[in-house]
Amino acid sequence: MSLLSVEGLGKKFGGVSAVDDLSFDIRPGAVYSIIGPNGAGKTTLLNLLTGVYQPSSGRIVFDGHDMTGRAPYEYARQGIARTFQNLQVFFNMSALENVMVGRYLQERSGLARALLRAPGLVRAEQACRNEAAELMRFVGLQDYLSAASDAMPYGALKRLEIARALATRPKMMLLDEPAAGLNPTEALELDDLIGRLTGRGITVVLVEHNMRLVMGVSDHILVLDYGRKLAEGSAQAVRNDPKVIAAYLGGEVSPDSTYGETVAGAVAQAVEMHR
Amino acid sequence: MLSRLASPRTGGLLALAIVIALLPLALANKYFYDIAVLVGLNAIVCVGLNLLIGYAGQISLGHAGFFGLGAYGSAILASRYGWPPLAAMLTTTLAVAALAYLVGRPILRLKGHYLAMATLGMGIIVYMVITTEDRFTGGPDGIAVVPFSIGGFVLQGERIWYWVVGVLLLAAVWLALNLIESPTGRALRALHSSEVGAEVVGINAAEHKLLVFVISAVFASVAGSLAAHYSGFVTPGKVAFLHSIELVTMVVFGGMASIFGAVVGAAALTTLPQLLTVFEDYEMMVFGAVMMGTMIFLPRGVVPSMARLFQTRRNASSDDRAGSA
Repeated sequence: MSLLSVEGLGKKFGGVSAVDDLSFDIRPGAVYSIIGPNGAGKTTLLNLLTGVYQPSSGRIVFDGHDMTGRAPYEYARQGIARTFQNLQVFFNMSALENVMVGRYLQERSGLARALLRAPGLVRAEQACRNEAAELMRFVGLQDYLSAASDAMPYGALKRLEIARALATRPKMMLLDEPAAGLNPTEALELDDLIGRLTGRGITVVLVEHNMRLVMGVSDHILVLDYGRKLAEGSAQAVRNDPKVIAAYLGGEVSPDSTYGETVAGAVAQAVEMHR
Repeated sequence: MLSRLASPRTGGLLALAIVIALLPLALANKYFYDIAVLVGLNAIVCVGLNLLIGYAGQISLGHAGFFGLGAYGSAILASRYGWPPLAAMLTTTLAVAALAYLVGRPILRLKGHYLAMATLGMGIIVYMVITTEDRFTGGPDGIAVVPFSIGGFVLQGERIWYWVVGVLLLAAVWLALNLIESPTGRALRALHSSEVGAEVVGINAAEHKLLVFVISAVFASVAGSLAAHYSGFVTPGKVAFLHSIELVTMVVFGGMASIFGAVVGAAALTTLPQLLTVFEDYEMMVFGAVMMGTMIFLPRGVVPSMARLFQTRRNASSDDRAGSA
């Protein structure tokens, strides 16, 4: 039984297919990684899987519910949370309040209760505050409990988005390039954090260029190229996949091209790491 | 205890209550009371409008329309049809809320300048309807309004109105503070900063924008109804585009996303033209200069800029102490 099932998914922008006839399944509890060169359609895919974009074709079924055509907040209500490659932190609020917003689905109450500040609401607000603080500690932000979000460093903001996503109590969390922009130490700590997310029973979908991270934590990897599935399988299988290797060997990879920029580069980097 | 007093909700409410209670000591005659009542009524509109503009980040250039509908609704029902003023006001408020909901649904999908244009259009339509439907509204001449009365008690005179408006302003501020510190208020602030960020944690942004639009319209409508009964007369001037701009200016001047800023903005921009009458012909020029100066030197609006200034001062002085210790 898969948690998320995608069938024939497609997204066209004008005449260009950013995602084309893509089908895959994600099992509950897995760390499922999506890799591919820039422009392969990874972020478009995440946007489709959270309702930010509406698909041009195909179907998305999450936890037994057909989610095709639903709005982002409906995806959130079914238990899909996400972070963003380009941060979507609420910079007009404190760090703690950002995480408290994440608890909206548990906390929301009637308008009258809010306007009149009913006694139950005051208690609930305190509980919400405590829970948010606990989630901040969970992701390693204990030093920022009273920080304004616009005064936090980049790496901390990335964790803040994870804490906010966690606050929605998701079944599945989509991380869009969580390691991008982090220093090597911070990136190393991510392995551990992702492990603790799955420890909470959360299925993790990871879009990432950092191959050390991907190869280290993934149960299953989907390789995208030009919006299509290039290969799929375990880290081992993907590394040995003839199509990926063909892309790697046949690709026009000049020696000075940046690692991680292409599938070939990515795989080369991975192969090197595991020698 | 001290920190509780310093918090915006308890401390601010208390400060506002004290100002309202002590202000009459400085109000020498009826004219001053009249200004104070106008300040209070404008402040109620601005507190509501600030929820929409300052907190949820949605512009409206048509809120004089809601103010005017409140005023004319009360005037027509109470004066032409002899309804009890309270019933007239409640009915009008509900009707304005329904109208704001119906108008808000399509136009709040627009963003930024486009939303500004749409709300502007809405305000102009309300103005046109009121000036042309003179069978009900008296057209450009306006309409006389009966005094507000509950049971046999008639509300008349600046002094009584001062206390009524003062208490209602406190209530409006209290409701707004409560809303902002609730999950709904956080949702509003969140969608202001990032709509997609708010949506992906389960917040229906469109629904929340509509909600705050209706709330702000209700605040404006109630203030409009009260203003009509207070002054005993309504003219289309209060519905006009210029009044919408004045209201937005008060919110921005006092400070966006600051409930007390809305009150200060309303107070400043209502009293300033009165104070500036000493400049006679140059009144509007000085007024404009004050506005420009404020926006240049206090860009966040008066209250938030001042708060920030004190915050930095306090931090700086505590750093000094830490340094010398």
